[in-house]
Amino acid sequence: MSLISSFPIMSSSCNPAQNTIDWTALRSDFPLLSQQAHNKQLAYLDNAATTQKPNAVIEAIAHYYRVDNANVHRGVYELSERATQSYEATRNKVQNFLNAWSREEIIFVRGATEAINLVAQSYARPALKPGDEILISAMEHHSNIVPWQMVCKKTGAQLAIIPINDSAEIMLERYQQLLNEKTRLVAVTHVSNALGSINPVQQMITMAHEKEIPVLLDGAQAAAHLSVDVQALDCDFYTFSSHKAYGPTGVGVLYGKKRHLDAMEPYQGGGDMISSVRFEHTEYNSLPYKFEAGTPNIAGVVGFGAALDYLSAVGFDNIVQREQQLLDYATLKLQAISGLHIIGRAKNKASIISFVLDCAHSHDISTILDHQGVAIRAGHHCAMPVMERFNVPATARASMAFYNNEADIDQLVRGLAQVFKLFS
Amino acid sequence: MNEELRALYQEVIIDHGRHPRNFKKLEEPSCCQEGYNPLCGDRLTLYLKVDHNKIIDASFEGVGCAISMASTSLMIERIKNIPIIEAQQLFEAFHLLVTEPSPTVKTLEYLGKLTVLGGVRDFPTRIKCATLGWHALKAGLDNAASEQRVSTE
Ligand SMILES: Cc1ncc(COP(=O)(O)O)c(C=O)c1O
Repeated sequence: MSLISSFPIMSSSCNPAQNTIDWTALRSDFPLLSQQAHNKQLAYLDNAATTQKPNAVIEAIAHYYRVDNANVHRGVYELSERATQSYEATRNKVQNFLNAWSREEIIFVRGATEAINLVAQSYARPALKPGDEILISAMEHHSNIVPWQMVCKKTGAQLAIIPINDSAEIMLERYQQLLNEKTRLVAVTHVSNALGSINPVQQMITMAHEKEIPVLLDGAQAAAHLSVDVQALDCDFYTFSSHKAYGPTGVGVLYGKKRHLDAMEPYQGGGDMISSVRFEHTEYNSLPYKFEAGTPNIAGVVGFGAALDYLSAVGFDNIVQREQQLLDYATLKLQAISGLHIIGRAKNKASIISFVLDCAHSHDISTILDHQGVAIRAGHHCAMPVMERFNVPATARASMAFYNNEADIDQLVRGLAQVFKLFS
Repeated sequence: MNEELRALYQEVIIDHGRHPRNFKKLEEPSCCQEGYNPLCGDRLTLYLKVDHNKIIDASFEGVGCAISMASTSLMIERIKNIPIIEAQQLFEAFHLLVTEPSPTVKTLEYLGKLTVLGGVRDFPTRIKCATLGWHALKAGLDNAASEQRVSTE
């Protein structure tokens, strides 16, 4: 239980329920954040790309390798049992985290990308016929576009695109029209990585289900920033990545309703996913192992478990409140700058701000900010259709996590002043 | 502002970045070559007019950061009215300028005004921006050369 005792927010004098979290103390749980960049205090504002890891996660991974390392689901010796227990314990944590009905509905994969590809290949591909449609939105990350294009190419099915308005919101009346008898699946992002929009997924799922169309939600940008209840949402699939939720890279989750997963063929073949193999015939293992061929990222999954513990100790009520505070503060500061335009003005927004400057390209902005110790993302954010929709070649994007603070945003604003000085 | 940044964003670069020269479409070019950096979305089209193995006119259009715009603008000023073979040598020299830790005096003298882009060396993520137009040039000249061969044989 060393993990729990080294769990700073548990030991600090905070009471999550009453939002008396000491955010400054909590920031010090993330060792990377205390470093300098170009002789300035680092202001890490690229959390939509990946989040930093708390000590609890780093220690859980180190502890696993120091003490518990063995292969899972195989050895009958104590060490292997312990490794298996730690690995499987994370599955229960994910089940709780998403409020899934059963732990069998939680499949460990490499990340959101692999989860979507799994659904595309094992669920969609065998079912699709020429003329069928998969409905995605105009604000998808490439990883929720390309896997569908690949199955469309193989099956003769087509992609249909739900348009978004100038505020970067899904156009629900158009969505309603696009849901038709040819639609086989709706695949939309819960939160847009390039625009910050939180989509009305509950409503969208209800609308799709009225026509018996299943829905996949890409939760890569949502899972660490708002609380997700897959049973309340009633989504058919939900995907996200550990590394965007304070856990290690190389681990992700596919949640799928049991009846879908049961009916699906395995994605990959190998060890662990079988119950018996003969040259004539192989019996597949039961859920969730049917989809977890080969030795998994055990240490990663264990570290991910620690991240989920951390998140639930901070509590989503607190996280949402703090991140909205930061979003409001940053929006206020940035929109006061003349010559700066925020791209993505959805009413319901996560703590992501994309912007462009009249005087400088996002690439130049990011280089200059980097020298002020500010890490933001510049480019198309793996969402080139979004850039096209808003008629910009690229944007600069600041994305905040609960460990950021007003000082980080002030540093960003000061950095932008340097950009203006140089370019106008 | 620190030294490295100043070295990167020299006056000339800011100026050419903001007001790129020869920024237009060329009528009846011998070739027009796309340059595209998928990482940042910078995209340009380079137009070349070639006659008797000489570049007699050049221009470009596109969107991009200050570095890629300035670098292409400065490149075009330099390659007008020179033989193809010399433009190819310039490509090699420019590549050395932005990638070698300490380019030789000879290289620097040869490149002249183009050396303002040397500061990119200290910004590995920006080297692609500085070379975007140059890669389009190289591809364009290779195409023009092979087309000329086809048309004169
Ligand atoms: C909305 C969205 N979907 C999917 C992904 C892919 O996640 P990963 O690269 O972790 O598989 C990302 C990552 O940027 C994302 O922002």
